[in-house]
Amino acid sequence: MAAEPTTLFDKIWAAHEVAPGLLYIDLHLVHEVTSPQAFDALRIAGRKVRRPDRTLATADHNVPTDGSSRAAQILDQLSRVQVETLERNCAEFGVPIYSLGSERQGIVHVIGPELGVTQPGMTIVCGDSHTATHGAMGALAFGIGTSEVEHVLATQTLRQTRPKSMRISYSGDLSFGVTAKDLILGTLGEIGVEGGAGYAIEFAGEAIERLSMEGRLTVCNMTIEGGGRAGMIAPDETTFEWLDGRPAAPDPLPVEAWRELRTDPGARFDREVEVDAGALSPQVTWGTTPGMVAPVTEAVPDPRTPGEERALDYMALEAGTRIEEIRLDRVFIGSCTNSRIGDLRAAAAMVEGRRVAPSVEAMVVPGSAQVKIQAEHEGLDEVFRRAGFDWRSAGCSMCLGMNPDILAPGERCASTSNRNFEGRQGRGGRSHLVSPEMAAAAAIEGRFVDIRDWEPAREPGPAGTR
Amino acid sequence: MDRVDKIRGPISVLNRSDVDTDQIIPKQFLKRVERTGFGQYLFYDWAKEPGWDLDPNQILVTGRNFGCGSSREHAPWALQDYGFKALVAPSFADIFYSNCTKIGMLPVPLPEEEVEALMAAEEAEIDLEAEVVRFAGREVPFDIDPDLRHRLLNGLDDIGITLQSGEAIERYEAERERAGPVTTEL
Repeated sequence: MAAEPTTLFDKIWAAHEVAPGLLYIDLHLVHEVTSPQAFDALRIAGRKVRRPDRTLATADHNVPTDGSSRAAQILDQLSRVQVETLERNCAEFGVPIYSLGSERQGIVHVIGPELGVTQPGMTIVCGDSHTATHGAMGALAFGIGTSEVEHVLATQTLRQTRPKSMRISYSGDLSFGVTAKDLILGTLGEIGVEGGAGYAIEFAGEAIERLSMEGRLTVCNMTIEGGGRAGMIAPDETTFEWLDGRPAAPDPLPVEAWRELRTDPGARFDREVEVDAGALSPQVTWGTTPGMVAPVTEAVPDPRTPGEERALDYMALEAGTRIEEIRLDRVFIGSCTNSRIGDLRAAAAMVEGRRVAPSVEAMVVPGSAQVKIQAEHEGLDEVFRRAGFDWRSAGCSMCLGMNPDILAPGERCASTSNRNFEGRQGRGGRSHLVSPEMAAAAAIEGRFVDIRDWEPAREPGPAGTR
Repeated sequence: MDRVDKIRGPISVLNRSDVDTDQIIPKQFLKRVERTGFGQYLFYDWAKEPGWDLDPNQILVTGRNFGCGSSREHAPWALQDYGFKALVAPSFADIFYSNCTKIGMLPVPLPEEEVEALMAAEEAEIDLEAEVVRFAGREVPFDIDPDLRHRLLNGLDDIGITLQSGEAIERYEAERERAGPVTTEL
């Protein structure tokens, strides 16, 4: 009898079930904010980290982006203590760490794929809701809380109720100027911020297959914004090409085995959603959840719920205002959603030879020390600086504002990050989520523009170059 | 972890949907390395709004998709430290729900119309053993995973339970564990 067709999720789940509802974890990523209480609890119980060789730490959430190269240089005392505590805990428990000053430090969801420790078929967890990012490489990856961090540190396993399965299939192809970020924002607008709750989501279809590895990471990254705990994409040549030669990647890559990691034809999902990728425009959020989103060509909609009314009030926006009329004070290009080298290249191409609007303060925060090194090697830092951007060092930065990079009350920001919640980027700050290209163009114009028909003049180059 | 059984008393109401964990406990309070003392910062920004009134009762009744966003367990810590022992809502975000159960705080999903009715009541009793919420002379059943219910009723610690499967974990590691990546050899 032929085996029942199964999904990518089913295959990874089955390969990791130690006992019913108990999953083995292949990689545990750790950062400074959600781990100190877990290490403390281990210490109190006299427990060890079971598998330091399957654990990796970095400092990202509250590190300054001013180029500080040691924890001791962090001016904010609480942040300094937290990073130093992580360093001490890692030393005590034998966990490898890339802290401030390391050439491998960076946002945990950027360095995993970058180092190649994120690989197809793995189970990956981290005390961070954006862990679904790693699912873009064909892994089952999800965010956990601190008690679960402690559980994984102590046992290398996690108790999990099996989620339901959902597949979101994208037909057509993204048109010019429409990016992976627009694809996921548009999807959130369609399924809502709770549409994925209780599901492990597989993103599939032509538009996904044609995305770069970085674009796929952006899509899976925001799975949690739709309530889905895990998002995943079947590995293919794009994945293998990305991994080949990375520090932790096997040599040679086991591509034959990895090709088996896909949903069989005829496999059943609990829910199927279809999205026409070809119909999507560049997206801009107008409210205080990522699902409150509209195409750049449209206007702020009439509020339909008390929550939407509240959101418009918080955002100081009136229904009917055209998105392109929304003026900005700040632009943030960074975060685990959009801070990889491809994102920076795309943003740099928009701003090259142009100037940030005088009313706008704009910053670029590379996702990792490696991304920063690569960008500087390519001269992107100079492109950004000449345009008037602040060029920073790696970290989560203004995505959540745990470091000094925050919005002032009332400031309006175009941000390539993942959350536009009230106060997320600074108390009273107003965030609009967009792609790196849209953020870059908004920085130049001081308002949102449709990048598909945006072609302002470039300034002549610096003296002596022409 | 304390045992959860019957939770009874006046309720507090927060009638908002999609309440994210950034609102429950804003980022500036995540820098602490302790597990306690977060209650004073609960809903830090919202608590400054005129008309804000949230008594530290044992039961909080709130809107759908409660606890969405960041996985920060600081959010359940803050709610528990403030005084809540149970939360009732039409739905909870996955990670938040799981985080609550790890610290012995009971999330209770009820149909939207029942939550609305409960919001109008002054007090309630949540009976985990019987899997019902009693209020205004009525009894409304709720769902909970049987293993989780057992663990909460007995105040059992997850890690303790898992370590009883120590042999199964060792066997998995000997027979089925994938090769690499080895983070200590990078």
